[in-house]
Amino acid sequence: MPFPLPLETLIGKPLMYLVFALIGFGFGFVLEISGFGNSKKLAAQFYFKDMTVLKVMFTAIIVAMVAIFTMVGLGILDFNQVWVNPTYLWPGIVGGLIMGVGFVIGGFCPGTSLVAASTFKIDGVFFVLGGLFGIFMFGETEQYFETWWNSSYYGRLTIMDWLNLQTGVVVLGVVLMALFMFWAGEQLERKFGADNQAPAPKARYVGAGVLVAAAVGVLLIGQPTTESKWVRVAPAKELALANREVQIHPGELLKIVGDDALRVVMLDVRPESEYNLFHIHGAQSIQPDKLASIIPELHAKQALNTVFVLISNDEGAATDAWKVLTAESVPNAYILEGGINNWIATFGGEEVAMRPTPTPAPSGSDTLQYVFASALGDRYSAANPSPHEWELEYTPKVKLQMKRDKSGGGCG
Amino acid sequence: MTTSASSQPKPGGIRAFFLERPERRYINAYLGGALLGLVLFTSFFLTGNGLGASGGLNRIIVYFEDLIVPEHVDRVAYLLKMAGGTLNPLDDWIVPMIFGTLVGGFVAGWWNGRLKAVTNKGPQISVRMRWAMAFIGGGIMGYGARMARGCTSGQALSGGAVLSVGSWAFMFAVFAGAYALAYFVRKLWN
Repeated sequence: MPFPLPLETLIGKPLMYLVFALIGFGFGFVLEISGFGNSKKLAAQFYFKDMTVLKVMFTAIIVAMVAIFTMVGLGILDFNQVWVNPTYLWPGIVGGLIMGVGFVIGGFCPGTSLVAASTFKIDGVFFVLGGLFGIFMFGETEQYFETWWNSSYYGRLTIMDWLNLQTGVVVLGVVLMALFMFWAGEQLERKFGADNQAPAPKARYVGAGVLVAAAVGVLLIGQPTTESKWVRVAPAKELALANREVQIHPGELLKIVGDDALRVVMLDVRPESEYNLFHIHGAQSIQPDKLASIIPELHAKQALNTVFVLISNDEGAATDAWKVLTAESVPNAYILEGGINNWIATFGGEEVAMRPTPTPAPSGSDTLQYVFASALGDRYSAANPSPHEWELEYTPKVKLQMKRDKSGGGCG
Repeated sequence: MTTSASSQPKPGGIRAFFLERPERRYINAYLGGALLGLVLFTSFFLTGNGLGASGGLNRIIVYFEDLIVPEHVDRVAYLLKMAGGTLNPLDDWIVPMIFGTLVGGFVAGWWNGRLKAVTNKGPQISVRMRWAMAFIGGGIMGYGARMARGCTSGQALSGGAVLSVGSWAFMFAVFAGAYALAYFVRKLWN
């Protein structure tokens, strides 16, 4: 899956910023030729006289959406690496209402005011200055309602995840909704608008037809499954597994857990009963069949310093889980070498509450090789060894790889 | 510039080159939307990011705050994320993007003969009133955009195209807020 491109590693930072500048150029150019530098044209939207804002915005959204999900469906674009604005529901809604008020009073939104200012519209310049002041004020007052501002967080939540619908169904539904809004918008323009409007070109029916057809296409090709994504990356990743590049020694896991600069997320994929018997302190239990459903959460959580470590009794189930995470392009995923058995062999010492099973299963069978007097979970001392007490020899393997700086996203 | 040139611009002079091109019509809204959609798609396809504007303005503000009162920036968590320690708030993709947006708007305005120092306003208000309203509206907009973690471009357009639930809720809220107030400020525009 080559797209989106890892631009920074591919062409370096200056050229990457040039690409963003060119995209910005296209953005500003199109806004201007659509009339978005003119506040009267923008404000007319709110009096049903000129529905340009609605038409441009929703046409742009459905064209981009259909193109994006076609590419995702064809396996050319990796949706996991596409930035999806995280949902903070109430701050978004209240901020949106405030913006709507600012829009109708000031006549612009931030992007359009830039274009107005760059074409010497004086009201645009005042709006930009006001906008900068408002942004400054937010930075100075955010600390007073920080808790609320970070509340109602749903992470990377898409409409298809929320409604549990197929992507193609949502795409088609959004296209049809937009077409209905265009039809309604044109009716309103006829009723409230000026008489001297340019006649709407017949070509818009062709465009609508193309979009509906493409949306049906998205529905028919479907979205790639985890298995098909794994098939695409398998050659390189099987090699990493075979060369033992991603299996980390218990000593290294202990060290990175103790490293304040890293966030380590330990995912224990064993049956819950075994997790209750013994698990590493801080590990969370997740059943393999639930793994796919937490992928969006992992992507939302993912900061640049996050390391994911998969844990089973040996390595079998952990390796399967690692394949799921890797296929879904979760970066920095590793496997605990030798699993829980190796962990206890390393840190278990003479603890009497757990003994090796009398009849050890053959190695590689991924079964628990210890019996426990009681299900103490992480209350064994071996579950939470002190990083300072252990000096272990191992080859460090964790290398933080950063695909793209996604921090902040579009406007965050 | 000589006095004769400023009172009587020569054809082909620099003033005429920038400011006196024939003014053309705006393109059809659906065509503009389709082109904007292609720009947005290109952005996601190549970089994985959508479009944005207010985030870039934010970083410019924080850059100056960090120049003037760095110890203040270091005390506020929200500012610290962008400009704490050795972080340069301008070192982010959104910053070249908004400069590109300014240049793109300028070139399009120039090509189509729309580089004009004018104030667009409704017929019932004075120019000064319009400036004041633009500043106030901009301030409200800027505040709301940061609260919503994005503006019309970064949230509504970009998040809308990738079907983010929060972005769609945000978009309907923007239209709701604007339509709810539109009647009461109709004198500004009509």
